[in-house]
Amino acid sequence: MAEEKKLFKVKIDNISVEVEPGTTILNAARGIGGDVVPPAMCYYSKLQGSGGKCRTCLVKVTKGSDADPRPMPKLVASCRTTVMDGMEVANITSPEVLEARKGIVEFLLINHPLDCPVCDQAGECDLQDLSYEHGAESTRYEFKRRTFDKIDLGEHIQLHMTRCILCYRCVFTADQLTEAREHGVLDRGDHSQISTYIQNNLDNDFIGNVIDVCPVGALTDKTARFKNRVWFLKPVDAHRNCENPKCCGKVALWMRGDEVFRVTARKDQYGEVEDWICDTCRFEKKDVKDWTIEGPRKIDRHSVISQGHYVNTVKPKDPLVEVLDGRQPRLLFDIHSQSEVNRPDIDLSKIDGPAHSDDFNKSQS
Amino acid sequence: MGRKLLLENAHIEGIRYYDTYRKNGGYAAAEKALKSMGPEAVLEEVKKSGLRGRGGAGFPTGMKWSFIAKPEGVPRYLVCNADESEPGTFKDRYLMEFIPHLLIEGLLISSFTLGANACYIYIRGEYAWIPDILEQAIQEAKNNGWLGKNILGTGFDLEIYVQRGAGAYICGEETALIESLEGKRGNPRIKPPFPAVKGLWQCPTVVNNVETLAAVVPIIKYGGDEYIKLGTGKSTGTKLISACGNINKPGVYEIEMNISVEEFIFSDEYCGGIKNGKRLKACIPGGSSVPVLPANLLLKTAKGETRMMTYESLADGGFATGSMLGSGGFIVMDEDQCIVKNTLTFARFYHHESCGQCSPCREGTGWMEKVLKNIETGKGKMSDIDLLWDIQRKIEGNTICPLGDAAAWPVAAAIRHFRDEFEWHVKNPEEALRRNYGLAHYADPLPVPAAV
Repeated sequence: MAEEKKLFKVKIDNISVEVEPGTTILNAARGIGGDVVPPAMCYYSKLQGSGGKCRTCLVKVTKGSDADPRPMPKLVASCRTTVMDGMEVANITSPEVLEARKGIVEFLLINHPLDCPVCDQAGECDLQDLSYEHGAESTRYEFKRRTFDKIDLGEHIQLHMTRCILCYRCVFTADQLTEAREHGVLDRGDHSQISTYIQNNLDNDFIGNVIDVCPVGALTDKTARFKNRVWFLKPVDAHRNCENPKCCGKVALWMRGDEVFRVTARKDQYGEVEDWICDTCRFEKKDVKDWTIEGPRKIDRHSVISQGHYVNTVKPKDPLVEVLDGRQPRLLFDIHSQSEVNRPDIDLSKIDGPAHSDDFNKSQS
Repeated sequence: MGRKLLLENAHIEGIRYYDTYRKNGGYAAAEKALKSMGPEAVLEEVKKSGLRGRGGAGFPTGMKWSFIAKPEGVPRYLVCNADESEPGTFKDRYLMEFIPHLLIEGLLISSFTLGANACYIYIRGEYAWIPDILEQAIQEAKNNGWLGKNILGTGFDLEIYVQRGAGAYICGEETALIESLEGKRGNPRIKPPFPAVKGLWQCPTVVNNVETLAAVVPIIKYGGDEYIKLGTGKSTGTKLISACGNINKPGVYEIEMNISVEEFIFSDEYCGGIKNGKRLKACIPGGSSVPVLPANLLLKTAKGETRMMTYESLADGGFATGSMLGSGGFIVMDEDQCIVKNTLTFARFYHHESCGQCSPCREGTGWMEKVLKNIETGKGKMSDIDLLWDIQRKIEGNTICPLGDAAAWPVAAAIRHFRDEFEWHVKNPEEALRRNYGLAHYADPLPVPAAV
């Protein structure tokens, strides 16, 4: 193989770069870095077949190639379009692209609950970043946002379907990392939902990775739920010798003081994990003793996470202990003994027709 | 009286069955193709005929066939797209229901040309009774040696399978159809690779509409040169039009593509004019997803020429003043029809049928439906009309498959040509619930720019 591989010359926003044939426009742009990189909500370089769905990475191909210089008629998804020699691409230099992207962000947000104040993903959410950078300041949507029936995904993973943007990343993750995929997309159109088949628990060694790949707060870690804000935590690189041969054992611990709140895989600048970790590392090793700590993790200084430089934090005291002064909290009264209508002994499903206050009358029963 | 090629023998009793079909010249084309022509010659003939895809896009069939990759040792497939779900289109149903052997003969010739030994008919799930008809016809053909192993002693094998869909419009999109045929969720694939390279089970595949494949039979029977004599310009041959709406004689018509739209609507040979002596208000000439045209733009192009029933003439003026021949679902609306309500119906359809894979279509179609519903029920605002325009503009062209465009175009065209009616709905919310806007000026002749 003495012959050198011919590299393709590509121009993205007037910046030239040489890449190997078969590279996508998005990856070529990542080779340049900086502002010319299109945002990607569904593409994940580590997952085969991902991408093309969210349409945030649309770019304009102003020149197809040296051989065929015609521009492409439509905007193309840069994550799934491979480069040609001499291709010229306009991303942030094309008003058309920015306009379309703004539209896509609006579409992604019209049914998103915007419950960032109570969402665990806030601060490390791709959708937050995307709407901050490319979105409009307000919405024109005046209708009820869609809702779904709640589905319990077991003890480790919390699903908030309303927040989902249907990027399919978690489906690909389950397909490619675990032995048996037990969840997928049900229904169609704007009522498509991530769901487990007959509500099976996702019980696989690597299923926890769906939390890391989820760009929004649709899949979050139940073991770290509501415990802390990401920007109050300090990410620390750590590793352990994991027994699972497929697990790399290299993680980021999200700590405050000496407490480990959350374990995630290490994510790069595009929010993609460097390597997958197993569920044991993620959910069960929440003690500093389990890990060899390497040092603080580098976080982009623009990220909200880097704002919380909590040095020498003191573990907050639980005030309840002091207040109770050794006493045990006790039940003051049972609501059922006080309430007329709140009676567990009456089975509503056995009452004919709608329930009436007579049905709860104590003297009758 | 235009010449008929597909429906030539449709009136003969019992043409559904093999014996009658064969007696009336059936399978002669297949015999000719297999015995005396060979694949190359058939492909040449189809190319020469200028046959264009009858499913809606109008892509030249011969060219599509020549794109199919032919790697060694990899099977090739022909898929017949019978997932005819476009509101207003019902031409394939007629073909399959009454002349199934015409389709099977077409499939045989096409598979022979492409070198495909397995052929799938993917039929719309709602056409519940047609798979039986097709399967019976396939069995008859097999019994008579037209399918199976070593057909006519040429060494060519072919099996035809009928697969029913499960009622999704999106599965009429060729890659979604392939996914569905493979037993997966019917999500369109991201192209490239195109089906001609990697289609069904990652093998080279050609997906063609029922009518396209049936049209191969007369092309071989009479020759491409004869076929090209029919029609005008690049719209060669005959086209099935399924006419419906407020006309006296709704139904499936085979037209030679050289008559005017006016003739098609008003002549007794075809639609027979508007029902109850009403006046023509608007028409959707090619199935629900193509732009709607008001009467004045339908009969004459913006340049003042007579609009013909051809691919080119109907598309004259682009989307600003033209439309498309599409799949031939010809929907005629009289003066009593409400364009807003009609647009809402289509928006609801596309919202319901969006697969939900890519964001613009998933979110945008539902949004458009809700805004249109507000306008229709008297809760609209003036800004809603501009909002609709903006939503459709952001869907169009930004989606994986053409369903996004198909959802955007009807809304765009309705606002483009019937903005007055939308504004009237917003300004007179109560009156709009009681009566329709009527014909207004939509049939008035348009000023024709003087030739320079």
